Amino acid sequence: MRQKLWLGVILFLVLPGLLFTVSCARQQVQSDTTGTQQAQEEAAQEEAAQEERAQDQQDQDEMARQREMEAQQIAEEAAQREAMAARMLFENERIYFEFDSSALLAEAQEVLKRKAEFLRDNPNSRFTIEGHCDERGTEEYNLALGDRRAGSAKAFLVDLGIAPYRITTISYGEERPLDPRSSEEAWAKNRNCQFVLD
Amino acid sequence: MALKKSLKGCNNLKTIVNSVVLIVLWVMVPASALGAEYDYIDIRNPYLRKLPIAIPVFAPMDNLSTEEAMADESTRLFSKYLDFTSYFQMIDPEAFLEDPSRTGITTDAIAFHNWTAVGAELLVTGGVRYDESSGLLQMELRLFDTLKGKLLVGKLYKGKAGDERRMVRRFASEVIHALTGDWGIFDSRIAFVSNGTGHKEIFISDFDGNNPRQWTRHNSITLSPAWSSDGKWLAYTSFAKGNPDLYIKHIKEKRGIVLSKKGIHTSPSWVPGQFALAATLSFSGDPEIYLLTGNAKIIKRITKKWGIDESPTWSPDGRKVAFVSNRSGSPQIYIKTIDTGQVDRLTFLGRYNTQPSWSPQGKRIAFAGLEDGQINIYVIGADGKDLFQLTRDSGDNESPSWAPDGSLITFSSTREGVSRIYVMTAYGTDQRRLLILSGKQSSPAWSPRVVSN
Repeated sequence: MRQKLWLGVILFLVLPGLLFTVSCARQQVQSDTTGTQQAQEEAAQEEAAQEERAQDQQDQDEMARQREMEAQQIAEEAAQREAMAARMLFENERIYFEFDSSALLAEAQEVLKRKAEFLRDNPNSRFTIEGHCDERGTEEYNLALGDRRAGSAKAFLVDLGIAPYRITTISYGEERPLDPRSSEEAWAKNRNCQFVLD
Repeated sequence: MALKKSLKGCNNLKTIVNSVVLIVLWVMVPASALGAEYDYIDIRNPYLRKLPIAIPVFAPMDNLSTEEAMADESTRLFSKYLDFTSYFQMIDPEAFLEDPSRTGITTDAIAFHNWTAVGAELLVTGGVRYDESSGLLQMELRLFDTLKGKLLVGKLYKGKAGDERRMVRRFASEVIHALTGDWGIFDSRIAFVSNGTGHKEIFISDFDGNNPRQWTRHNSITLSPAWSSDGKWLAYTSFAKGNPDLYIKHIKEKRGIVLSKKGIHTSPSWVPGQFALAATLSFSGDPEIYLLTGNAKIIKRITKKWGIDESPTWSPDGRKVAFVSNRSGSPQIYIKTIDTGQVDRLTFLGRYNTQPSWSPQGKRIAFAGLEDGQINIYVIGADGKDLFQLTRDSGDNESPSWAPDGSLITFSSTREGVSRIYVMTAYGTDQRRLLILSGKQSSPAWSPRVVSN
């Protein structure tokens, strides 16, 4: 925008100047035609002014168009951000379990209800529920426990009206801990289901 | 030469031809050992007294320096193999009063009182003969009862340089057979999971942890190796294609099959004597145990209960299967009799009992139990009696697996920090690390005897 304004100013100041110089050169040759010259100068000035006005109008239209586009873009970006945030929330918000349990805690059920809303808003989305366990207990049992955890989450979502074909489940047992440390805090984090959009 | 003459007179002459190189030319079996009484070592006795054994350095028969080196190395290996069984108390060679490599290795050359004097009840002598021009290596090995002054078993092996390890391993099996009636563990291997490459892969080592080599290269998560009872196949779980699928692969040949249904495919366990296995599959929406052919075709469903059912392990006769179920609210071990369909709960103590492993002799079941935040290995009679704790105060101890003769149990433990593979006797004594490798090791599985190696 600013560049165009500068261009306008330059055109306005420099072009008439140039015209004037040309006129001066001619003056010496055509010194007997002063009247005509004056009329011509006036016409030129008028022409320049008109050009300037047209340019102004054009600039204003352009600015308005730009503003409109920007607003539209911002709105689109906001919508995109919102969708992305919803996606991120869907994927990042895990549900957590108690030790050796695949029962859905009250908090987990609330999270799943929000996930169901997202899934209703995004009816074409398909996703995978990953079941995870903490390192305690044994590998094979934890693979089965992770399977049960993912199964519980799936059953709850199906009850909320999400079509089963949209949901894949996989158990990683204790193989992919969120927090690799061995502490109560880490174990609590590692007993979860994660939701990954396909 | 005197030896050969006395051998020719032996009535129990047999010739066994090994499929590889090793040839056993003759066998001496004293009549008493032919009876089915093996009163030296009763591996079912939990309070087993270790038998004091003397293993003097084998004799270089032609006094060649090459023979001497082979004899030294063979003696060292043989002693190590026998020591690994935990049946013996190895008598310090410093105490020996006699050197059979000079005085002679045959019955008539041995002054048995010199051996009983140092406390030895058993004596092994050996002789190594190596003919450099033909490359022929001969090793003669004998086991004596020093109290009775009697030969228990003697063998002459023929092969070539480099066969020493195989020869002494073969004779170690003979010794164990003469003393226990079972062929022992020297022809077995141990499969386990190691993540030293950055991924969990299956490795296989010799019975004593020697010679570990990577067996799978999935670059993924690979778990739960299980040997077929002929030792030719391994079944396991791998995420190689994304899902925890069941792999059934031939040990040596590049063939096998992958079962990839919906859900998990875990904890395979082969039916003894059959090309069939049980495994947990969850395609029905619930982890249940199924019986499959070795080609991964479902024969039938074994468990029918909502909740987790996994980690099957077969009784040696294949008629019963022990498994883990959380049907009572926490993981416990149950036994199902296949014919009748009857299910009995086996474990009642503690709230977390998993990974049952049925002993090859059939009487006992080892398992891992979680109590006070620590996992330990226990053994219980298949009838639910005689519960023993085998590990304690030594980190987490998991995945018990029996040696083919039931004398030892391999397991994983975090007692030294990272999880590694250990071995102990069936009664929890002589606990020691099997091997050191980079990364963490877990899920050891002891193979049956595999003769063709």
